[in-house]
Amino acid sequence: MEKLRRTMMFVPGNNPGMVRDAGIYDADAIMFDLEDAVSLGEKDAARLLVYQALKQVDYGNTEMVVRVNALDSAYGRNDIFAMVKAGVDVIRLPKTESAQDVIDVEAVIVEAEEKFGVPVGTTKMMAAIEGAAGTLNALAIAQSSQRLIGIALGAEDYVTNMKTRRYPDGQELFFARSMILHAARATGIAAFDTVYSDVENEAGFRAEVELIHQLGFDGKSIINPRQIKIVNDVYAPSQKEISHAIDVLAAIREAEEKGSGVISLNGKMIDKPIVERAERVMLLAEAAGLIGKELK
Amino acid sequence: MMEIKQTAMAGTLESSDIQITLTPIAGATEIHLDSSVGKQFGEQIKQVITETLASYKVEHVRVDAVDRGALDCTIQARTQTVIQRGLDQVDQVNWEVL
Repeated sequence: MEKLRRTMMFVPGNNPGMVRDAGIYDADAIMFDLEDAVSLGEKDAARLLVYQALKQVDYGNTEMVVRVNALDSAYGRNDIFAMVKAGVDVIRLPKTESAQDVIDVEAVIVEAEEKFGVPVGTTKMMAAIEGAAGTLNALAIAQSSQRLIGIALGAEDYVTNMKTRRYPDGQELFFARSMILHAARATGIAAFDTVYSDVENEAGFRAEVELIHQLGFDGKSIINPRQIKIVNDVYAPSQKEISHAIDVLAAIREAEEKGSGVISLNGKMIDKPIVERAERVMLLAEAAGLIGKELK
Repeated sequence: MMEIKQTAMAGTLESSDIQITLTPIAGATEIHLDSSVGKQFGEQIKQVITETLASYKVEHVRVDAVDRGALDCTIQARTQTVIQRGLDQVDQVNWEVL
């Protein structure tokens, strides 16, 4: 079944209180950051803190992601080894420019899995596109490894690289967002939007979430638990959408029982994309607590 | 036995953290703990530190720990960090001990 990834919460890797509490807000995924959120002198401390937390703290079914330092830094290789040993779900690459970046990190993951007796292939990956080269290579990046569960946009570096800045309407990100989405959809992986740094501006955040929801993103990177409810609200289907989805799925079941090939609902033909959308609506409705499991 | 080469520190004084300082000494290892929850959890905190030191075979150190309500996993992580720093092995993680 499709996994919901509406929210991925960024948590600084060297903050014990935030690392401890990360699981209580019901984010769909948690990303501990060993990269930008950790100063150079504390890289060793953050790596060990996240390592011990992953091993000892119960985060339930939340998907656990760690953003490691770049392989060409003094820390990247040790980060990957420690996270594989701790049993992290997903290793998020820092800035990804080409398919080779993914292949290089995967080679270290394989080495670590073999060293620590973790079945090869267990550790998943995510790439982050943060510049013009990465954007233009989005499809090649998305195709570069079976381990990839998604690609994400990192907008702050991207707009700097593009000689612009972030604007409220997000037009400066339209091309990168579209490239990432198309690459993700063409390869069947998830697309994550960038963070929205102004935590106080809830209206601005909501407008951005509505935009990326409309474009088709799976979800958004968030930096504060307060942003989770807004994302979940925007991603929650309306009652009308839910009713329609229930009718679509009922019509499908009825047609299957009758052995009927062509399926219609209120005179309109129902085909595969409509069924897929209905299934996704039901998944989102259940996650939002709008329907019980029995309706699915 | 692993020899701590230099005084080292890890962790902060923020809530939920523990700051640990290691100093090499000639005699047996001593642990000095300052914790607001020392009465209830002092022995447990000391035990986590002692076990972590033992896992690295570190002896002859004075440990000064200021606890701000750290979980065991944090105490373990900070002790491991300060040991690696004291051994001057920050970039050579001891995977066997972890």
